[in-house]
Amino acid sequence: MSISRADVQHVALLARLKLDDEQVTLLQGELDAILGYISEIQKLDLSGVEPTAHAIPMVNSTRPDEVRPGLSREDALRNAPEHAGGAFVIPRIVGVQEEA
Amino acid sequence: MDHAEIGSMGARAISEGIASKEFSAREVTEATYARIERLEPAIHAFNQLTPDLAMSAADRIDALVAAGGPLPPLAGVPAGIKDNMNLVGTRTTCGARMLEDYDSVYDCTAVRRLLDAGALPVGKCNMDEFAFGSSTENSAFGPTRNPWDLERVPGGSSGGSAAAVAAGMVTIALGSDTGGSIRQPGALTGTVAMKPTYGRVSRYGLVAFASSLDQIGPFSRSVEDSALVCNAIAGKDPFDATSVDTLVGDYTANLRSGVEGMRVGIVRDMLDLEGCDPEVREATVAAAQLLAEQGALVDEVDLPTSRHGLAAYYVIGPAEASSNLARFDGIRYGRRSPGAEDVVDLYMRSRAEGFGAETIRRIMLGTYTLSAGYYDAYYGQAQKARTLIAREFAEAFQRFDVLLTPTSPTVAFKLGERAKSPVAMYLSDVYTVPLNLAGLPGVSVPTALAPSSGLPIGVQVVADHFDEATMFRAAFALESSAGFVCTPARE
Repeated sequence: MSISRADVQHVALLARLKLDDEQVTLLQGELDAILGYISEIQKLDLSGVEPTAHAIPMVNSTRPDEVRPGLSREDALRNAPEHAGGAFVIPRIVGVQEEA
Repeated sequence: MDHAEIGSMGARAISEGIASKEFSAREVTEATYARIERLEPAIHAFNQLTPDLAMSAADRIDALVAAGGPLPPLAGVPAGIKDNMNLVGTRTTCGARMLEDYDSVYDCTAVRRLLDAGALPVGKCNMDEFAFGSSTENSAFGPTRNPWDLERVPGGSSGGSAAAVAAGMVTIALGSDTGGSIRQPGALTGTVAMKPTYGRVSRYGLVAFASSLDQIGPFSRSVEDSALVCNAIAGKDPFDATSVDTLVGDYTANLRSGVEGMRVGIVRDMLDLEGCDPEVREATVAAAQLLAEQGALVDEVDLPTSRHGLAAYYVIGPAEASSNLARFDGIRYGRRSPGAEDVVDLYMRSRAEGFGAETIRRIMLGTYTLSAGYYDAYYGQAQKARTLIAREFAEAFQRFDVLLTPTSPTVAFKLGERAKSPVAMYLSDVYTVPLNLAGLPGVSVPTALAPSSGLPIGVQVVADHFDEATMFRAAFALESSAGFVCTPARE
């Protein structure tokens, strides 16, 4: 295995995914197989080759800086799981541990 | 007009029939939904049907006819829309539990342009969740079945769009293609399926998968209809900075100009790839022969780096996807898990519950290859491979006007056949991903039925950047000479 169980758990935390033990085991095997396949690009001689992030050559795309209507607050909140007073409602981010 | 009639008509015949009052747009709409009622239960091409939207669009067309005004080019043509494109009045689910109830708050530019050209929005088409897949088995709402054989997949990720067109439930449909998600299902369902040059069509309002690869394009039952849809959706959009203002011509203008003197390269080493079905290889060689008989200058070419495109793609695609899908956090839209303790717990639970297995796999893969210590070995290396692949195509286009490859290494496979092995599923895209990496346009043209199975085979016609016109001209010549007609046996 080129990827350890701890690696899978670390990546899951980075990706904000709560995985159970069974999922970690399954993903370890699957990711190992996929990484084994994609590792073939490491065998290519790519010294001196520039990376490509965008296939079509283009520099700076600008448009006139004009005021125009954007998404209304009502539309922006329409799909919110929970909202109040024109804002998204979320659990507390700071101070949770202090109170506990 | 009855359902069988509408199921085999092309876009031009429909809009001309409406213009000459042979039938009304309302009758077209009624016949369309009558056909869907018969076929959809077995196929499941749609996540949502939108008869109210279609009917009011039809009424607007009929009012134009009554007023004697000119009609738009796709007047009254029934259209399917992949369920990752926003349209006000519809849900945009991306085939995901995460977005099961997501109500579109604005219109995708390509969809808006299609509807402004007179097309009728019939429904939102099923897809692999967030477009991750090559079979449409990854939809959270159940798989779509191939109209040619209900035990087989229609390909993916735009499998619902492909199946709806193949079965004649719509005349045209929009799909999106990040690594082959239009062209591969096109090949597996016997439809014409086209990915434009990167930047040709706006991505605004398309839920992002891999932003440097994604492109919207059409499914149809003829090359002419593909060109007509491309006419409608192409062009610069101020809301997508990567869309390009390169001149959009009338792609139907030179369809019938023939291929006399056209330089056609058949990509030899792609034909010889392990895993390419001999029947697919023979059909591709036969397609080159058909063009040669019409005066094209056919020669062989090798693209040795392109075979590594798949590996590069499965680094770049998941890396970009893992970043794009960070927005689904249970805060502003999408599924929110109940009972979270704090905000990080809310993110982690909502994402784990809202995403399916393949989505989690891609996010994990992309996050891993972008993470500290692995970036250079995977993402950096893949971006360099991308440069070599683009360069190899650029050199080929100095010698050739179009290139021919198979679209998919096999015909449609059975449901469940590749579900257990992610890598086996990924190999479905080996011929299509190099075009996304290089930003090139390509169209899958159905040319034959495989002798052993009776299932359709598609040949991919590739052209240089922004040369869709030449691509369509070659595709039309191929279509006309191959004589393929999209009539799944279950008619």
